[in-house]
Amino acid sequence: MSQEKHREMRLINPRPRTLIDRPSHFCPGCHHGIIHRLTAEAIDYFNVREKAIGVASVGCSVFLYDFMATDVLEAPHGRASAAATGMKRVQPEKIIYTYQGDGDLAAIGTSEIIHTANRGEPITVVFVNNTNYGMTGGQMAPTTLLGQKTTTTPYGRDFKRDGYPIRMTELLATLEGVAFCARGAVNTPANVKKTRALIRRAFEVQIKDIGFGFVEVLSACPTDWGLKPIDAVKRVEEELIPYYPLGIYKDKKEADHF
Amino acid sequence: MKRLTKGNDAIAMAAIEAGCRYYYGYPITPQNDIPEYLAREFPKIGGVFLQAESEVAAINMVLGSAASGKRAMISSSGPGISLMQECLSYMSGSEIPCVVVNIERSGPGLGGISPSQGDYFQATRGGGHGDYRTPVLAPYSVQEMYDFTFLAFDISDEYRNPVLILADGMLGQMKEPLDTRKPPMRELPPKTWALTGCEGRNPRLLKSLYLGVRELDKHCWDLHAKYERVKQRETRWQEVGTEDADLVVVAFGTAARIARTSVADARKMGLKVGLFRPVTLWPYPEQRLEELAKKTKAFLVVELNTGQMIEDVKISVGKQKPIEFYGRPPGAEALPMPIEILDQIREVYP
Repeated sequence: MSQEKHREMRLINPRPRTLIDRPSHFCPGCHHGIIHRLTAEAIDYFNVREKAIGVASVGCSVFLYDFMATDVLEAPHGRASAAATGMKRVQPEKIIYTYQGDGDLAAIGTSEIIHTANRGEPITVVFVNNTNYGMTGGQMAPTTLLGQKTTTTPYGRDFKRDGYPIRMTELLATLEGVAFCARGAVNTPANVKKTRALIRRAFEVQIKDIGFGFVEVLSACPTDWGLKPIDAVKRVEEELIPYYPLGIYKDKKEADHF
Repeated sequence: MKRLTKGNDAIAMAAIEAGCRYYYGYPITPQNDIPEYLAREFPKIGGVFLQAESEVAAINMVLGSAASGKRAMISSSGPGISLMQECLSYMSGSEIPCVVVNIERSGPGLGGISPSQGDYFQATRGGGHGDYRTPVLAPYSVQEMYDFTFLAFDISDEYRNPVLILADGMLGQMKEPLDTRKPPMRELPPKTWALTGCEGRNPRLLKSLYLGVRELDKHCWDLHAKYERVKQRETRWQEVGTEDADLVVVAFGTAARIARTSVADARKMGLKVGLFRPVTLWPYPEQRLEELAKKTKAFLVVELNTGQMIEDVKISVGKQKPIEFYGRPPGAEALPMPIEILDQIREVYP
């Protein structure tokens, strides 16, 4: 490459300042890295890194603090939104965000997330749904699809025994306190772009004090699904998205007033 | 000037005076006066009172507020305290201070609502998972409910650890004259660990997960060293007439309050009886009890349970002297009268 050409090159999408430059520990093909990046981009976009405080959950997402250049609190399993509530009540001017997996948010933390959303707590929740418990080795989650084989559903999830996969975004959209509620995926460049906008909006409703912002992001888990990364991406498209439709389920334009 | 005040209210009043502005709770008998008092008073002074969906959520809200560097408190009774143990373990591991008030009712299970000391093991043995301790203060009067609340906040902030106040339905519900003068507060280090956003500094992290090589064992030993400092500096007890006592009654909280009368009555009868009252249940005043064992002839442990603190008395006294036990597990109208404890004193008097 000539000197002339080199001078013309410019990085059009540099690493977000909020995303720490270090190798991720996530498995090959895992989508956490992309979702971390989109979260960091949203924080950069609003220029609130120094005002942002993250609440990490339990599971693969606990290591949020290794990658986000913000203050971070590690909450007990499922309790991130309650801890975030306690933080936001002390520091209403700060930007409080949680980052939780589906085992954390949709099983053990169901009570906390429903009531935090229902109170309209002005926080941002990034919810990563990969249809299993990743860190503990791929057990069934409430989001595991019917027929999906996991280490605790070796013959496939059976609704008669295990119930049905839970759609958290649709459930939360019914609550008055929710300002923004959406589901995205990061399996294609187009979906990454759409999800970037969703996560940004979930921060915006907090920053504009409209209320509780929630984004579910469908994620591949090739290791625990027993699939190659390419096949895992295919599974997101062919199996996850049909059951968990992408889109915006609720978007309040302004805060409720009495 | 003294005001006739309910024990639970005294705790709420002291919390406000101690600078606590964040309270999260969930209704349970017999402690409801505390949340009700703060729900009424906090809005007037810019405090936050929030009734959570469960004790699990409530203690995690305390975690969030305390991690933000503010004084936060929670109160409950046995069943609710059980639900908080997970988070108390996290807070101890992450070294985040808070004050937890247990106005004991009776267990196990749903048990009943009468005063009890059945949560002694839970309070003094950590309560949750892992290798940690929580200092426990045991008031025995409305005045101490007030004064110990200040102390609890100071100890929790100084050592960055949750602190428990272990009282019971009797102390919570009874009224006594209260001197509301503020006890002296400690000079405390600034909370340079609080999560307030990283403006002008490096990001901070509060966590209890340690996966690195030799990380967790170091962390546990560091915590242990801190607990040793707490033992040396914060162990508290009270003695009445133990100098020449042939029999020392050992009791805390409500049991000690009743036994105080029994001991005074025994003295009137010419019996050399003293009262030893642990004020901190952890750290336990082991050393002083060990010294007393050299002088006295016997001990009588009185508790409102079937025998929990007696284990600490045995650890302290060893086999030096006989240890008798009088237990009154809870139940409606089951609190012992002073004369019943006096009867026990006379029966075991050496």
